[in-house]
Amino acid sequence: MNTPNSVAHRYTNTAVFLHWVIFAMIACGFALAVYMTDLPFSPLKLKYYSWHKWIGVSIFLLVLVRIAWRCTHAAPPLPPAMSERQRRAASASHVLLYLLIVVIPLSGWLYSSSAGVPTVYLGLVQLPDLLARDKSLAELLKTVHGALNYSMLALVAIHAAAAVRHHFVDRDDVLSRMLPFVKLRKNK
Amino acid sequence: MPLASQMFRLILAAAALWLVSPASAQTVNYDKSRISCVSRQMNVPVEAVFRKFTAQIAFDPAHAESGKASIEIDVGSFDLDNAEANDEARGKPWFDARNFPKATFVSTSVKALGGGRFEARGPLTIKGKTFEMVTPFTYRDAPGGGIIDGSFSVKRLQYNIGDGVWKDTDTVADEVLIRYQLALSRPQTPAKK
Repeated sequence: MNTPNSVAHRYTNTAVFLHWVIFAMIACGFALAVYMTDLPFSPLKLKYYSWHKWIGVSIFLLVLVRIAWRCTHAAPPLPPAMSERQRRAASASHVLLYLLIVVIPLSGWLYSSSAGVPTVYLGLVQLPDLLARDKSLAELLKTVHGALNYSMLALVAIHAAAAVRHHFVDRDDVLSRMLPFVKLRKNK
Repeated sequence: MPLASQMFRLILAAAALWLVSPASAQTVNYDKSRISCVSRQMNVPVEAVFRKFTAQIAFDPAHAESGKASIEIDVGSFDLDNAEANDEARGKPWFDARNFPKATFVSTSVKALGGGRFEARGPLTIKGKTFEMVTPFTYRDAPGGGIIDGSFSVKRLQYNIGDGVWKDTDTVADEVLIRYQLALSRPQTPAKK
């Protein structure tokens, strides 16, 4: 990692950090959502809904930082062995993932607004309601929010499977360069 | 329900009838009237409306002190646009709508505060418990009559609303804002005494 050659082949520490923190938050937010929606109505359920929204707002803020970082710090180049089709697939899935990470919190916020429940970040900062209360719109946005999440789940599965394939089948550095504390293979 | 509280309600109802004689009560336009409550859940303000209520009101801003109001809210008509929450609100820990279907307010005094602002005072009964309540309100002219607008806070736990696990005020705050808007027909000329 200390050889000047390998530096450009890894993501920056900041990028690695943001990637995994956002991943962990998405995993928590997703798991919490799956669990909380079927709970009987209770104070705990209301608490979980608030926490879920706080996680969503945090992810949204962090992904903005991450996109800004990505725009100012180029990703390391892909392994030369990758075909043009693979490169295009990788780039498309990354763009789509970023898009979903931005759009999903927004859809949740709009759903909450249209359901007549404002979002109060950390119980301190009340976000403006972009939509007026509208029950049928709320039902629609609920479906949209869910569908976007399951689309992301599918895309994350593909993303992870591709990373694992790169590591164990193609035996390149695509996974290692995003893992903290992992040394890159010897560069050719 | 204890007999005393039943008798108290009867007396209240009788008082309401006596205070607001049909001759002086104005017509309430229910399509343009609204009673709602704003509670705070995890510091998130959430407004629910009471779809059904009746109001007998006699109010002339020029003779505020002779104004009278008697309002009866069907607590089972609580609507938060969420079936789960509505069922919960009608249940025993909250309004217990089966045993206490009505919340009532009967004014005992009304006075002008100046600048188009007024104040009504009287007992507010919810879930069989009664406490004195004071509420400021405004009155403005509207086509065919006028509109009363006001709000006041109540402590829900004082009325045992949100009992059991809901007593924890970290999730649902004790203070609940009641908001009302009542559209009235033109005040009738006060009866000469």
